Amino acid sequence: MKMSQNTPDKEDQSSTNKKNISLPISRVRLIMKSSPDVSSINQDALFLTTKATELFVQHLAVASFNNGPGKATNSLSYTDLANTAEEMETFHFLTGELGCRLYRPAGTVMFSASSSLRWCVLL
Amino acid sequence: MAERPEDLNLPNAVITRIIKEALPDGVNVSKEARRAISQAASVFVLYATSCSNNFAMKAKRKTLNAGDVLAAMEEMEFERFLEPLREALEVYKKGQKGKKEVSEQKRKDKEKKADSENDKSREEEEEDEEERMEEEPEAENEAEEDEEEEEEEMDIQLFHC
Repeated sequence: MKMSQNTPDKEDQSSTNKKNISLPISRVRLIMKSSPDVSSINQDALFLTTKATELFVQHLAVASFNNGPGKATNSLSYTDLANTAEEMETFHFLTGELGCRLYRPAGTVMFSASSSLRWCVLL
Repeated sequence: MAERPEDLNLPNAVITRIIKEALPDGVNVSKEARRAISQAASVFVLYATSCSNNFAMKAKRKTLNAGDVLAAMEEMEFERFLEPLREALEVYKKGQKGKKEVSEQKRKDKEKKADSENDKSREEEEEDEEERMEEEPEAENEAEEDEEEEEEEMDIQLFHC
């Protein structure tokens, strides 16, 4: 499957804030289709989910950076992320409110999704 | 043990780029942090899909549409995404429409060129059409066909818990 990507950012920074997207729609579609009850996905929905995911990545990165000692250390660490996911309600879906613990101490991640079918992917 | 469902991961390079663009210059992002964000993004997709699907099912539809996704964002308390999403969608839709027109033009072009072997006075019209052809539609047309085709049997290693 080809990726529906536009030409890489010729503009300044935030190419992801512009109309085009960087994440491959085909890959996002793959993930969406793995969800149990989903039959089909309209093209606009696919685009929106992809775009939303990019926004989410930005949001998570920035929130974790601001939440941690990042400003002093000029770095973003795994711990910052784990802490942020625990502390900020908006990211609680990552920490297993559905019962699967997301961040494990060793750095392996398993995640849960879907209230209808709980499944964990161990990475 | 840990089978790797790499198909459900998003490409590292792109994730890294998005992170870098979001943070101030020169911030060092650890490999583990990047990986965690990437995985979180995959979870986000799943969660958003599940949520969107609920809205679709409520409306007795089998196909997820844009409205479902937007409703899901609100449900997930990501209202901050709504405005940028709506804007992006508008631009995207215009782009799609533009590409359809371009494909149409190309098609007409071909037909006309076939004719023009007999009739040479087509030059003016061709110039006109060239002006309207901005971007190449190839890659984007792929996306349009993307929807319903191949039902790949994905080998997703999942553990039911």
